[in-house]
Amino acid sequence: MAFWILAPIMVVAALGILFVRKAVHAALLLAVVMISLAVLYAVLDAPFLFAVQIIVYTGAILMLFLFVLMLVGVDASDSVVETIRGQRAMATVLGLVLGLVLVTAFSQVALGSAVGLDEANAGGNIQQLANILFSRYVFAFEATSALLITAAIGAMVLAHRERLTPKPTQASLAAQRMRDYAESGKHLGPLPSPGVYARHNAVDTPALLPDGTASEASVSRVLAARGTVRSAPAFADDIDEVRRQLGGGRSDAAADPDRMPEQSGKAGAPASTEEDVPGTPGRSSAPPLRSSDEQRPGDPA
Amino acid sequence: MTNEYVVLSAILFTIGCVGVLTRRNAIVVFMCVELMLNACNLALVAFAKQHGNLDGQIAAFFVMVVAAAEVVIGLAIIMTIFRTRRSASVDDASLLKY
Amino acid sequence: MNLTVNAGAVVLASEGGAVPVVHPGAADGVFSLLWLVIALPLAGAVVLLLGGAMARGALDRVGHWLGTATVAGSFALSVALFVSLLGRSEEERQVGQHLYTWFQVGGLDVGMDLLYDPLSALFLLLITGVGALIHVYSIAYMEHDPRRRRFFGYLNLFVAAMLVLVLSANYLGLFLGWEGVGLASYLLIGFWQHKHSAAAAAKKAFVINRVGDIGLSLAIALMFATFGTTDFAAISAVSGEAGQGTLNALGLLLLLGACGKSAQVPLQAWLLDAMEGPTPVSALIHAATMVTAGVYLVVRSNFIYELAPAAQTVVVIVATVTLLWGAILGCAKDDIKKALAGSTMSQIGYMMLAAGLGVAGYPFAIFHLLTHGFFKANMFLGAGSVMHGMDDDVDMRHYGGLSKYMPVTFLTFAMGYLAIIGFPGFSGFWSKDKIIETALAENLVVGLCALLGAGITGFYMTRLMLMTFFGEKRWSEGVHPHESPKLMTIPLVVLAALSVLGGVLLLGDFVVDFLAPVTGVAEHHEPPLAPIAITILAVLVVAVGVGAAWYLVGRQAVPREAPQDVSFATRAARADLYGDAINDAVVVRPGLHLVHGLVTFDRVGVDGAVEGGSAAVGGISGVLRRVQNGFVRSYALSLLGGVLLVVLALLAVNLA
Repeated sequence: MAFWILAPIMVVAALGILFVRKAVHAALLLAVVMISLAVLYAVLDAPFLFAVQIIVYTGAILMLFLFVLMLVGVDASDSVVETIRGQRAMATVLGLVLGLVLVTAFSQVALGSAVGLDEANAGGNIQQLANILFSRYVFAFEATSALLITAAIGAMVLAHRERLTPKPTQASLAAQRMRDYAESGKHLGPLPSPGVYARHNAVDTPALLPDGTASEASVSRVLAARGTVRSAPAFADDIDEVRRQLGGGRSDAAADPDRMPEQSGKAGAPASTEEDVPGTPGRSSAPPLRSSDEQRPGDPA
Repeated sequence: MTNEYVVLSAILFTIGCVGVLTRRNAIVVFMCVELMLNACNLALVAFAKQHGNLDGQIAAFFVMVVAAAEVVIGLAIIMTIFRTRRSASVDDASLLKY
Repeated sequence: MNLTVNAGAVVLASEGGAVPVVHPGAADGVFSLLWLVIALPLAGAVVLLLGGAMARGALDRVGHWLGTATVAGSFALSVALFVSLLGRSEEERQVGQHLYTWFQVGGLDVGMDLLYDPLSALFLLLITGVGALIHVYSIAYMEHDPRRRRFFGYLNLFVAAMLVLVLSANYLGLFLGWEGVGLASYLLIGFWQHKHSAAAAAKKAFVINRVGDIGLSLAIALMFATFGTTDFAAISAVSGEAGQGTLNALGLLLLLGACGKSAQVPLQAWLLDAMEGPTPVSALIHAATMVTAGVYLVVRSNFIYELAPAAQTVVVIVATVTLLWGAILGCAKDDIKKALAGSTMSQIGYMMLAAGLGVAGYPFAIFHLLTHGFFKANMFLGAGSVMHGMDDDVDMRHYGGLSKYMPVTFLTFAMGYLAIIGFPGFSGFWSKDKIIETALAENLVVGLCALLGAGITGFYMTRLMLMTFFGEKRWSEGVHPHESPKLMTIPLVVLAALSVLGGVLLLGDFVVDFLAPVTGVAEHHEPPLAPIAITILAVLVVAVGVGAAWYLVGRQAVPREAPQDVSFATRAARADLYGDAINDAVVVRPGLHLVHGLVTFDRVGVDGAVEGGSAAVGGISGVLRRVQNGFVRSYALSLLGGVLLVVLALLAVNLA
């Protein structure tokens, strides 16, 4: 019964791994398959494996996958274009043939009625497994322990990065900062935090500099790359819209960067010229606005 | 009863296979490998029940252990490659050729 | 001949002693020093040729004396051995010395064995004696050559190899010496290799000798296949067992070898060109010793030739043709050394003729070989002396009237001249007369040819004498003929004396009796005329030849340039009777065509197949290597294909 419910789910989920574009989705679909498998193990009188499947596979291994995915970049998705000519077609054909052959062959086999594990599991599945594992398979078991230790060391070696320069101290970092300012005029102070002078304090909202321009340095690069950064003029539009709805004709010159008189502070000038988002509504590109409209976390309406 | 399990196992295995062949994100390829291993495990456990013998479950257990070790090393390698090439695509690491 | 092994030797020996069996006794007393005869010049060659840069200065100063001393030492030893041999009874005059086992392969056990018997004894005296004189002569002749040390090293090497040739107790050892003298001959002909003609002549001699050597090596192989050994003693004991065909084949193959080494037709072409070498080399190698090795081979193999009448007949034919061929060449050559070389060829033809006549001829072949060694070495050295005085000019048309200016050379040369034409009383008279007599007794045609040859000899030698020493001076400008130094004239005098007195060897039939243990004792054939009549006839024929020469050459002035409007015969003789043309037409050009064909086949057929194969493999590989495209997924795909195949195969096996 459980099988006929779970089997289609598993097949669909597995097929989904083939077709979803984002790796995170694939990982989640794999989790579905694995948990379903765990349930099937339970059905097949393997309670120990049921637990291990959930704890080790779904719990540890899949988490490891997700962890690495986060490191690599969640948004790293496959491009649709196949680079190796004929690879996809051949893989599909061969895979289908193999699947057909295997399915046909296995469905033709007459295995007879199952013996069942009631007898073998007498005294508890885990106890019986332990009996076998520590008697007949004890050497294999010890070998796997050596394998796991080797794997752990190997992972450490692979992940290890040799430190080539001395670890920077706070004093050296400060000195470097001063040097950068002297040589290239890089901003000396801390980056502006998001939304400090804005009318909004969400992380995707750039900070407004004293001259009223938005500072891209104040938002995460990831957000900028996704195109989900909200621009200050957009907020200004929103505010104007709200004001119009409220029926007020007042306009706040200080809040609108476009109409703000040109005034440049010595400290803010380099940062603003280099890192500003497009300031005028006419020049600001539409797609970021649209996407930000869709994903706006919360409107102060 | 076992036939269905084994057929399911074969289907999952084949899907994993095709996934390895078609996906290019190394992590997804790796997931497909895991899928294939799990498919095998399912067959092992099913046969254990068919024959009333716990050896199948032991084998599945060992497969899991080996898979864990493999994942650790494999993901470490993927990380290393990503660190140097800024890419997780298996096709990018294709310099070792004719 | 249906004879058993043991009976064969006995019966053959009793049949008029046709083929004596070689049965060397142990080497004791002075004979135990036999090896030293070879070792001395060999050591000289090793020191002179391999003496390092350290000793080079010293060797350059005394090397020629060292080289001469080793050969002189060998000569002294040879004399001692000869005297000891004379002291023995006739049955004990064969001494064998086993030095060491050369090699042992399967059933072939070849020892480095020496055999000292009357035949070897005479050769030893000739080689070391004449060799020592020529070494002395060369000291002066090569005085201004910067490579004199090397020259003496080569000469010593030659002497050592020649001694190995005549002392070896088996055919393989003989072959070693045979190749050794060939090498030395090559090195010495090409000694002045900066001259293109000398280098080409050396190569020509070497290549033509190889043709003969193939015959000899095949003969040795056939001997081993037939008799299982190459020892003279063993083969002479069992040679009667072999079939007539085998023996004839052996005889012909040995004759091929002899033809190569002794410049007999058809392998005669190299000898005249070999005169490019220094004159002492021409005297020693290409007149006195090496070119007579073929005669030695035939005489030494008498136990084969006596049983192979067909091969013997071929020997006689070849010898007769060569005899006349060489004589005709000698008539037309203006180069003094080439005229002498033609004469050498002709005289070796006489020796071969005698050797081909069988038991009756062997002693006279060797006798003529010895006397020829004396007088021809004498004349070559004399020619060298003349060239020395004439600034190395060899053209007799540029000589004339030298008798006053080079009296010693003239007188010694005259002795040689009288000896070669067979002036009664001189050595050549005795030896040639005996050969003509024997030939007439055997076969009238051959005998008449030999007689004719004697007449032509008289003609061309008189021509040579007249053009060189008589008539008016036709010298080039700036040439001041002078007598050669003592070191050159003393050997000339000694050799001249030997040329005159060589005939004493025939006193009381000494040579015949002395060689009897080797050659056997001949049955007496009655010649068609009384011996005295034949002698008178021969002298008359020679006199006619001399008269003709005086009539044609001596009576009138000799033009300084060779006249071109001459008869066909003269033109043919000047062109070596078209020997080179025949070689070109018969061997060289078909060979070239064959080689061109083979090269074309090799390039198109073999190379085509090989390179096509490799190109095909390379091309396929170039395509196939694209399979390894670096994409892991692509490899995985082929893995899947393999899995599919295995699964299908499993199913097929299970369902079948």
